[in-house]
Amino acid sequence: MSDPATAAVTATTPAREEVLTTHDGQPLKKSLARALRREKMRALMLVAPLLIFILITFIFPIGDMLFRSVENNIVGDTLPGTVRALQNWDSLSGEAPGETVFAAFADDMMVAQEEKTHTRLGSRLNYDQPGISSLFRKSGRRIAKMDNEAQVEAFKAANPLWGEAAGWQALRNSDAWPDALPATAISWANFSRFVESDKRGKVDPANEVPYSFTFAALDEDLKAMPPETLQSLASSSNADVAAMFGSLQGKVADIPPSTYKEQFLQVDMDWGLVENWATIKRLSPEFTDGYFLAAVDAERRADGVHMKPENERLYIMLFWRTILMSVMITVSCILLGYPIAYLLANLPVRTSNMLMILVLLPFWTSLLVRTSAWKVLLQQQGVINDVLVWIGLIDDTNRLVMINNMTGTIIAMTHILLPFMILPLFSVMKTISPSYVRAAKSMGATDWTTFWRIYFPNTVPGIGAGSILVFILAIGYYITPELVGGTSGVFISNRIAYHISSSLNWGLAAALGSILLILVLGLYWLYDRIVGIDNVKLG
Amino acid sequence: MSETRGAAVRFEKVQKSYDGENLVVKDLNLDIAPGEFLTMLGPSGSGKTTCLMMLAGFEPATHGEIYLNDRPINNVPPYKRGIGMVFQNYALFPHMTVAENLAFPLQIRKMSKSDQEAKVKRALEMVELGAFGNRRPAQLSGGQQQRVAVARALVFDPELVLMDEPLGALDKQLREQMQYEIKHIHENLGVSVVYVTHDQTEALTMSDRVAVFEDGRIQQLSAPDVLYESPQNSFVAQFIGENNKLSGKVTKLKGNVCEVELDDGTMLKADAVNVEGVGSRTTISLRPERVEMYPDKKLENQIEGTIREVLYLGDHLRVVMSVAGNPEFIVKVRNRGERWQLAEGQKQKIGWAASDCKALDPVA
Repeated sequence: MSDPATAAVTATTPAREEVLTTHDGQPLKKSLARALRREKMRALMLVAPLLIFILITFIFPIGDMLFRSVENNIVGDTLPGTVRALQNWDSLSGEAPGETVFAAFADDMMVAQEEKTHTRLGSRLNYDQPGISSLFRKSGRRIAKMDNEAQVEAFKAANPLWGEAAGWQALRNSDAWPDALPATAISWANFSRFVESDKRGKVDPANEVPYSFTFAALDEDLKAMPPETLQSLASSSNADVAAMFGSLQGKVADIPPSTYKEQFLQVDMDWGLVENWATIKRLSPEFTDGYFLAAVDAERRADGVHMKPENERLYIMLFWRTILMSVMITVSCILLGYPIAYLLANLPVRTSNMLMILVLLPFWTSLLVRTSAWKVLLQQQGVINDVLVWIGLIDDTNRLVMINNMTGTIIAMTHILLPFMILPLFSVMKTISPSYVRAAKSMGATDWTTFWRIYFPNTVPGIGAGSILVFILAIGYYITPELVGGTSGVFISNRIAYHISSSLNWGLAAALGSILLILVLGLYWLYDRIVGIDNVKLG
Repeated sequence: MSETRGAAVRFEKVQKSYDGENLVVKDLNLDIAPGEFLTMLGPSGSGKTTCLMMLAGFEPATHGEIYLNDRPINNVPPYKRGIGMVFQNYALFPHMTVAENLAFPLQIRKMSKSDQEAKVKRALEMVELGAFGNRRPAQLSGGQQQRVAVARALVFDPELVLMDEPLGALDKQLREQMQYEIKHIHENLGVSVVYVTHDQTEALTMSDRVAVFEDGRIQQLSAPDVLYESPQNSFVAQFIGENNKLSGKVTKLKGNVCEVELDDGTMLKADAVNVEGVGSRTTISLRPERVEMYPDKKLENQIEGTIREVLYLGDHLRVVMSVAGNPEFIVKVRNRGERWQLAEGQKQKIGWAASDCKALDPVA
């Protein structure tokens, strides 16, 4: 260090070493990142098959299912014109919408009944507005007979081109299409769908004159149009278009209005009810909160969100019952599992292995068999009641009701979920050194104090792990409550299953499922805050 | 010992069996004086830990009686015995801080909060861990945990403390340091200590008396120096310290001195400690450091051997020789700075005093 040159080099070295490099001059960090990336890729490749499998069979379907809880494009898809026309109608006005809406509705219904989608829409709307589904079915049968000849004739009289395919072709090819004639454009799209469906693709709708509903839409557009627009249409570069609109100048007001409202009211007076239209309008957006509201026993009326009437509420009670019963099952599992786990952890290995097999035995038996066995045991003419009557503990006429109610569900599910409590408890207890207990006793602690102050606190992680497992499994359990729960012992999951497979209200099922998922995640979060998830040991 | 407030312990004809077929402890009779530091030393499976567990109350004696201060305690549960205990793996409660660990026995005794705090503080200062009260056991090093365990066993002022191989998990240096600390704590407090170990160095440095266990029996119960200098049988001689064995036959027995003819015909004089009589077989036990390399003519026993290996160990030379049929005869030669002419294969005369070698029971 006495050499000044060496000292100078030493002093400058730190500055030069700011960017460390490998031998070939690459920055060290980059090089390291590349080396690690290769490792990561290899790791990813190892998990890839499972990851892809899970994505395809689990994540996507569940995501799609949950999405159904808010998805609602059935109204917009089936009634595109009606949705547009309803934008100008105020559901709080207290009056049914006018002819405009009915005309668009008639048009949409014509296509819907051709495509047979109107009954599906009816059932969907029926969730929110009971009775509306029959209205749809009834009107679907009558829609083809509805009449708008007066208007069609008036247009043809003004200019025959309105009754010719060529005229409509010219119109569709002009600049005015579709911006100046929005309702007509929607109706034309409807007509195309109708022809496609009706003639099974054998006829090209482009070579046809649209059906009479489209004329009602055209009339609508013209009456809503400012005179300047009509003027510019009449002076269109296309001669046909100019002629068609030129003939209408000053005569728009003379075209007789369509009479669809009247005709619908003749089919059923209920079409005049504000609520029906309010429901359609409310459900017309692509997304809805209706399923979620229904899942918490609420509904959206014209004047906002309200709870359903007392006698129609179901789901909040079911959620409460599910949580309550899951808690009871978890507590039963702790009370029954703790002593067993203690025994397992403290017996000599050979005996404890034997006992462990007995604990695991239920795992190896079919769930259905076990549940059915409980049915045999618990029913009123079942083994337990027979024994109790035989030893005279209860009267023959007062046999205990232990199945098809809460008791049955709790007993059967405690039995089924018990191993999930015992195993984590056992593995935690196994790690508690017996010298803790001895140390406590040598310091003067009685058996109970030793247990409560020393042994028990060390088993809390096991209790936590077991409780999380049992509780989460219980809260989503389906098959056992279905079989032994009767009506008072069923869980929310049974209701979800009902909506999936019987009522086919998948949106509501998805909303209930989402709430259940959020509930579990919320409880998990709460648990993490109170107990700490680090304190959970599974072995 | 500043004061003697320790407890007296007496084992009387104690036997213990776990399976009803084998006796782990056979006829144990042992008196421990108040304030004594007694070590139970022995190989694993010799019954020493079982004795400790019976004293602590975690294992019932199969037969016999144990007295604590002249009170039979066979039927007293462990939590009423008031015996402090230090475990091999410390057994500090992981869910409590160090201070809570120490306060636990005081809480059990329903001591007032302020008294508890004062005692915990004093106990922690005793083991020089005053600043660690708020740590969890897992945040301490092995040596620190060990000290906490000692402090916890002493904090409630027991008259008797049991230690079950408490230094087994520590490294060598720390172990030696802790030996002195425990020894000093014992001297300052005057409690009785029963200490179990399989490490003879530990036993020799710390104890007032050592009980050497083997095969469920106490082989010898003596002060450490007596144990080393005058082993009562071959097992003790072999187990404590280094030992050279020479097998032979007693040819003459006169008072405490006997003459032994080794198997190769060499005649030796030895202290007769454990011989049955003239004609019986015996094993001569001799400490390596008592052998002289260039023996004075006055030494009773002179013998020639062959040097097989010489190891230089700094403060001494360790010479492995083949002597009278024993190929592992070890001589420790103090390094006095002389230039020894010790080469492998060389014949060398060695010698020792008759009182330095003990004629003991024969080893099969």
